[in-house]
Amino acid sequence: MSSTTATPFVPAEIKHGSLKRERRWALIGAYIALAVFVLFFMIPPFHMLMTSLKSSAEIADLSGNPWIVSAPTLQNYWELLTEGNYLIHFRNSVIVTTCTVVISMIISVMAAFALARMKFWGSATLATGVFLTYLVPETLLFIPMFQIIGSLGLYNNMWAMVLIFPTLTVPFCTWIMIGYFASIPKELDEAALIDGAGHLQMLWKIFIPVALPGILAAMIFAFTVSWAAFIYPIAFLVSSDQMVLTVGIVSDLIRADTFQWGKIMAGALMAALPPLLVYAFLMDYYIAGLTAGATKG
Amino acid sequence: MAQVTLRKVVKAYEGGVQAVKGIDLDIADHEFVVLVGPSGCGKSTTLRMIAGLEEISDGEIAIGGKVINDVPPRDRDIAMVFQNYALYPHMTVFDNMAFGLMLRKFPKEEIKRRVDNAARILDITPLLERKPKALSGGQRQRVAMGRAIVRDPKVFLFDEPLSNLDAKLRVQMRTEIKKVHQTVRTTTVYVTHDQVEAMTLADRVVVMNGGIIEQVGSPQELYHNPKTRFVAGFIGSPAMNFIPGRLENGAGALRVHLPNDIVLPVPAERTARYQNLAGREILFGIRPEHLTEAKNLDRPHFAPMTATPEVTEPMGMETLVHFKMAGAEICGRVDPLAPAAPGQPLPMAVDMSNMHILDPQSGRVL
Repeated sequence: MSSTTATPFVPAEIKHGSLKRERRWALIGAYIALAVFVLFFMIPPFHMLMTSLKSSAEIADLSGNPWIVSAPTLQNYWELLTEGNYLIHFRNSVIVTTCTVVISMIISVMAAFALARMKFWGSATLATGVFLTYLVPETLLFIPMFQIIGSLGLYNNMWAMVLIFPTLTVPFCTWIMIGYFASIPKELDEAALIDGAGHLQMLWKIFIPVALPGILAAMIFAFTVSWAAFIYPIAFLVSSDQMVLTVGIVSDLIRADTFQWGKIMAGALMAALPPLLVYAFLMDYYIAGLTAGATKG
Repeated sequence: MAQVTLRKVVKAYEGGVQAVKGIDLDIADHEFVVLVGPSGCGKSTTLRMIAGLEEISDGEIAIGGKVINDVPPRDRDIAMVFQNYALYPHMTVFDNMAFGLMLRKFPKEEIKRRVDNAARILDITPLLERKPKALSGGQRQRVAMGRAIVRDPKVFLFDEPLSNLDAKLRVQMRTEIKKVHQTVRTTTVYVTHDQVEAMTLADRVVVMNGGIIEQVGSPQELYHNPKTRFVAGFIGSPAMNFIPGRLENGAGALRVHLPNDIVLPVPAERTARYQNLAGREILFGIRPEHLTEAKNLDRPHFAPMTATPEVTEPMGMETLVHFKMAGAEICGRVDPLAPAAPGQPLPMAVDMSNMHILDPQSGRVL
């Protein structure tokens, strides 16, 4: 046996700034940052959830802890779903949002295709113009919009929202789609042209499937804007049966200075559910890059 | 019948820039024609005008005797293969190939028969259910060709189809394309900037430069009888050597007099052709393969000279030697066994029967 085997093994000292060590610290840093981020953004929904599970008496009891429920109850949820107009507001929101998304997508996909691909005089200026309209805030527009809606006889009619919301969504959706369509290689439409496709077939059979991630992104945007819109509905809708969720909750559950906090929180939480589901399911498609393999690479 | 005819075809852009300056070209039925030239010479624009992807500013293009200036691409009965393949990424290989036929409302069985047939020709039958992103570059290019073949069009148009492939695959696909053409015999217009591709594939090569056609001819014709300095320099690799000099009568024969008092005799059979140029400044052109080691000096038209190579490039089957001659950078080709080494004087021979005499002003071969 040689003498070297008897020497106890001394691990090499980890050098300061070694790759492994740096990676570990980067990961720890990332997790801390993410934890802070998650905590910060989870506090409001958690508070909402806790409040929604409390009875009115418990909410009013100032000696209790606002973060803990002592006697959890589904009373608020039950009352919302069985009494009042909450379900009507929910239905109105679904109708208005669905129509808005469909209308926005039809208009913006076709507009974007024309602006991105069918080069015509002024198409570049028009594309910029479309985006500029998005920059005008709705707080500036709702007074003139009020006159238009009034003259159309659509005041206090939820279908007015179907008319108005696309003005908020179409410009930005068009802008997203122009970007997506522009990223599709020009040869793809030329190949389709030679294969015998007309412009509509090209749009339907090539552009829409290839740009699906972009379309989903635009749809998510349109959905979010329409579902969460507040200024127009509160300005134009007055009777409860015409209201959408955003206005319905604050109008019906706040009477003068009486705030039904438990129900407001329960209603808001349930109203947040559809966006949550949409994001959860569409995110994967949204991220998947469909254009891979179209051309070289 | 699918001949393609171009008559005074012009492509002008806004601002008066002309990409194609009034070209005439007749492509016969079943012919494989290659448009070749440097970037910006107008070859791709010409192809795209035939395809209908670019409007024709002036002149006429006819396919099968019918003028198609105002006919949309889909009604021209052409198929095109693009440089970046342009496969539809969301469709399988089968659907990619069938798309054109489906749009033309072919019956299902016929579509299947044609796609299967094309897949067999191109050896891509096992790939039919795959999406383009699961294919290699060479396979994608085959699919792009398959998409053209299934249509059985009057004319195939290829726009630099091999430029995105690596060198080895390019040679392989070149053979494939030639094989396919020999099988289907469709009139083909092929655009490339690679003169080797042009020479190997074409029945006839069209050399373009600056929006005009420099010369049209078979590969051999362009190689041996170039009409202009551009063609002489563009076709052949390494390129032809050019040395400015003078033609003169001396010692009872016509001679090429180059700087540094290098004098090369003009072969007797070409004396008559050049006699009236005696005393004029000329450009002497000679290909590297006609500047070889001194082994054929007993032949009458081989003139001796000595070169001192600055760089030698062994290629295996030959060695390229770069040296200075009469003040110009010259490349010669010698046998790999020749004693060529940098700095070592090497006796060489100029094959004067293959020389070219050009007018230095017009660039025309005289």
